[in-house]
Amino acid sequence: MKAPVTTDALLYLNGVTVSFDGFKALDELSLIVEEGELRTIIGPNGAGKTTMMDVVTGKTRPDAGEALFRGFADLTRLDEPEIANLGIGRKFQRPTVFENLTVFENLELSLADSRATWATLFARLTPDHHDRIAATLARIGLTALSDLPAGALSHGQKQWLEIGMLLIHDRTLLLLDEPVAGMTDSETEETAELILDLAKDRTIVVVEHDMAFVRSLGARVTVLHEGSVLAEGSIDHVQNHPRVIEVYLGR
Amino acid sequence: MRKTAWSPGFWACFFGCGLILAIAIPAFNLLVPPNSPAALPDYLVPLLGKYLCYALLALSLDLIWGYAGILSLGQGAFFALGGYCVGMYLMRQIGARGVYGNPLLPDFMVFLNWQQLPWFWWGFDHFAWAAAMVVLVPGLLALVFGWLAFRSRVTGVYLSIITQAMTYALMLAFFRNDMGFGGNNGMTDYKDLLGWDVHQPSTRLGLYLASVVALGLGYLLCRFITASKLGRVLLALRDAESRVRFLGYSVTNAKLFVFTISAILAGIAGALYVPQVGIINPSEFSPGNSIEVAIWVSVGGRGTLSGAVVGAILVNAAKTWLTGAAPETWLFVLGALFVLTTLVFPHGMVGLLRRARWIRPRAPAPVPAGEQA
Amino acid sequence: MGAGTPSPAVRDGLQSAVKRVRVLLLSSLTLLAIAVAPLARADEFASLLSDLANGGFADKEKAVIALGRLGDERAVAVLTALKDGRLIKTPDGRILVSDAVRLTDPISSTAVSGITADEAERIRVNNRLRGAIEGAIGELTLFSSDPAARLAAAQDALRHPSADQPALLEKAIAAEQDAAIRAAMQQSLLASRLVAGSKAEKLAAVRALGDKTDPQIKNLLDQFRAAPDTDGELRQAADAALASIQNRLRLVRLAASLFEGVSLGSVLLLAAIGLAITFGVMGVINMAHGEMIMLGAYAAYVCQQLFRAFLPPGWIDGYLLLAVPVAFMFTAAVGILLERSVIRFLYGRPLETLLATWGVSLILQQAVRSIFGSPNREVANPAWMTGGFDPVGGFTITWNRLTIIVFCLIVLGVLALILNRTSFGLHMRAVTQNRAMASVMGIRSARIDALTFGLGSGIAGMAGVALSQIGNVSPNLGTIYIVDSFLVVVFGGVGNLMGTLVGALSLGIVNKFLEPVAGAILGKIVVLVAIILFIQRRPRGLFALKGRTAEAEA
Repeated sequence: MKAPVTTDALLYLNGVTVSFDGFKALDELSLIVEEGELRTIIGPNGAGKTTMMDVVTGKTRPDAGEALFRGFADLTRLDEPEIANLGIGRKFQRPTVFENLTVFENLELSLADSRATWATLFARLTPDHHDRIAATLARIGLTALSDLPAGALSHGQKQWLEIGMLLIHDRTLLLLDEPVAGMTDSETEETAELILDLAKDRTIVVVEHDMAFVRSLGARVTVLHEGSVLAEGSIDHVQNHPRVIEVYLGR
Repeated sequence: MRKTAWSPGFWACFFGCGLILAIAIPAFNLLVPPNSPAALPDYLVPLLGKYLCYALLALSLDLIWGYAGILSLGQGAFFALGGYCVGMYLMRQIGARGVYGNPLLPDFMVFLNWQQLPWFWWGFDHFAWAAAMVVLVPGLLALVFGWLAFRSRVTGVYLSIITQAMTYALMLAFFRNDMGFGGNNGMTDYKDLLGWDVHQPSTRLGLYLASVVALGLGYLLCRFITASKLGRVLLALRDAESRVRFLGYSVTNAKLFVFTISAILAGIAGALYVPQVGIINPSEFSPGNSIEVAIWVSVGGRGTLSGAVVGAILVNAAKTWLTGAAPETWLFVLGALFVLTTLVFPHGMVGLLRRARWIRPRAPAPVPAGEQA
Repeated sequence: MGAGTPSPAVRDGLQSAVKRVRVLLLSSLTLLAIAVAPLARADEFASLLSDLANGGFADKEKAVIALGRLGDERAVAVLTALKDGRLIKTPDGRILVSDAVRLTDPISSTAVSGITADEAERIRVNNRLRGAIEGAIGELTLFSSDPAARLAAAQDALRHPSADQPALLEKAIAAEQDAAIRAAMQQSLLASRLVAGSKAEKLAAVRALGDKTDPQIKNLLDQFRAAPDTDGELRQAADAALASIQNRLRLVRLAASLFEGVSLGSVLLLAAIGLAITFGVMGVINMAHGEMIMLGAYAAYVCQQLFRAFLPPGWIDGYLLLAVPVAFMFTAAVGILLERSVIRFLYGRPLETLLATWGVSLILQQAVRSIFGSPNREVANPAWMTGGFDPVGGFTITWNRLTIIVFCLIVLGVLALILNRTSFGLHMRAVTQNRAMASVMGIRSARIDALTFGLGSGIAGMAGVALSQIGNVSPNLGTIYIVDSFLVVVFGGVGNLMGTLVGALSLGIVNKFLEPVAGAILGKIVVLVAIILFIQRRPRGLFALKGRTAEAEA
């Protein structure tokens, strides 16, 4: 057993290494996200952003290193549903909503409620549940479309629905993988507002390519490169960082 | 939405079909004089009963394939296991009336020089024990097999292949004489069931009615599961399995639950099937049988429970008719059904009806294009 | 010579004349004998036979020895019958061989009727005569002109070692030209020394026999060891020899299991290689793959029938050489047709592909049944593939199995070359890895799909030709191999030819090693269950692709 780590951080990654057939997707990555923080993560393709999210959500087991949530939950030993039930939510790069379920049902599955198989067999929607679904529908602007199969939504609407699915379950930590990919400018602006609004009462980690969007969030930025942290700080700090410039422009 | 799952319209349809099956058919058999053209001859009753067992089997596959995307090629094996449990009970009921007149051992054991009853035959003298085994044997096998498979995330065709391998292994095992299940001859020459002679028309009508009830209850159970929130979790994981995991649902447990229920339903179907056809042998395990169930479901419309029932009855009625009228054409027809339903009518007959009546398909999905992770 | 006594000179002259005549006569007789030798020998055979029947024991012995030297094959039957007391003399003086069902005239080898053995007199033998008879039989057969008869005699001598064999065998060994027969004779010589030799000879024989692997010799040594006249030293030597034989037998059994395993593995591999292409590379789950094998086997059958019907009989052995390309072309064509008409509409929907191709398999089975009928069709091995050889003694490597192993390796090698060294292979890999990108680069992906599927099906067809050589050809042939083929591909790791090779061979070998322990069917069940458990532990097989691309396929 490793020596116990004591940390106050909400998310604590230390020396995390993941390799696929000799290629190191993450190379001793260390990252600390404090409770209540809004953090943006940028980096060129192959920098390890998605793999980092895979490790945090239990999809990928690291070869080495520690990943702790709230200082005690060992994320390297839990599987996806267990991690999700700790309060870590994830939004994928490509919008993944359940296309054969209606918008309403997509939200219903995301409600904070027992996830046990037996419980789902006998679950009934309470009036409170209805209210919360209605409120979320209103917030993501899909009230009128609630009975439509999610597969019939536009790309942007799917992104919104996915964010709504994260909203309705009160997650402690949200991981958003390129939330504005494929959105129009106005949709991007709305999303930025929504994220800032969400960030008031939860911790959010956003992975994004769109620098204008990152700037509009105005949060602390971590730059990943070749599987480890290259620079960290405010957007202006990292944009003037010589190594970051080299990595981004030198390619 | 799901409020429509138990609407008065549904109950009307359900009980309407139930009345036709449970009252009208026995009435045509018992009340109409046998020489009348409307009469239902005695030999048709067990045939209809057999179709209903197949319908329950199809229902069990539709529950996991149509809703959770698990194409199990082991349904025939669960069906046969249920059948063997009842077959063993029926063999014990023969007592000393067998060819060898041995009160302790079934004929095939006497023939193979067995000295005593193997331990796994203990208790099969009692109907209650056999009935419990009909549920437990397929259920436990599915539970263990499913736990191993779903835990290691064996999905899609890989799962189909290993369920087929399981079926194949069971077939080889039951073909062996020293397994103690009658080898390739299986078990037959049954005499009576709970004291009633299985050859009597009245017993056969009773078995038919039991099949109607089992199918009805099985249908309600499947409808309850698919209309519940679990049903929506299943539909969701069929299309995007890992997304469901990230929402916090245990995909393993959900799949394991329906897989086990489905195996039990298949076992019950097999248990009702054996006394009506009068024999159980290892060919019931042959991999082809399990795949054929998938085509019943496809023809009717996968992802709709009524489609599975209708498909099983129609395909088997066609089989009975064609294997009598033109035996060599049957495999051509069956093969063509496989190709056509997958290529041209992916939603089966229910899909066609829905399209004709312009009703939006609810559960039957556009064919899932494999999960993109 | 007129009246009165002749003068001595005349007598001398006469004598020399007679001598000359005698020489002349003799030489002409010799010539005659060469010209009509069989006739002369037949007469001799008949007269010796009559000596056997009518003389005293001493005359009989002379006749027996003479018969042995005569080298007439008919003498073997006569001598054997004499030894067993089945040679009889009829009241009218004919000598006949009697056996359970009939009487035979040994001279003409024809059956004789109208007389029963009861009316005849049995020709009697004593122990001394019996020894002479055995010697004569051994001589007749060991020195026969037919090598097969000599080999049989040498092996026979091993089964019934007797005291008078060593001398005979030594003589035979000296005369023998064929090395294999000489080896067999030497082995028998050693065995006979166990019975008849001096102690030193026995000891040498026991030690030398320790190098053999024949179970017959093991039995002999067991008997020798248990015999009351075997002393401590000999017994020890026998123990050592037995232990060494035991060891070698174990190795032979191991080698035999290994060969059988490799042979089964090569069959599985042949059945699975085509699938490794269609399922492993393209991701198409083709349940009609077994029927492609079946079609290939029927192509071999049709080729054989055509050769029988239209070509001179001497050509029949060549049918197989034609069958391989014919089967490849035919099944490849069927495969391309299947891909274009059904499978291409189902890419990305593996479960639907499974069902549709299962339907196709039913149709193909029924079509073949309608054309050729359900009974098994027999496809004969060509002469050069029948029989086998025994490398170490104890098990036989049959030529047809060996040919299949070699054929299978050739197919695998050629396929690896096609995949890795040709532009078709490159295009194929490009299309399967990234269809859109390949299309952008000008590769006609639809064409590549069809050809790839055709290649996989064609290989299945060739596998069918191979399988027709070791089993029956029936419409159900494919169903036997379909489950196994899929397990091999999944077990080895999908998309990996090396994995398929290792998977097939290891399954074959494990199966054959389990068979003696668990029985054939139980062994197969154990293997199936083991694979199921293995796949659940490692869903991606033995040689799994790892990394992001592999995960993206999930």
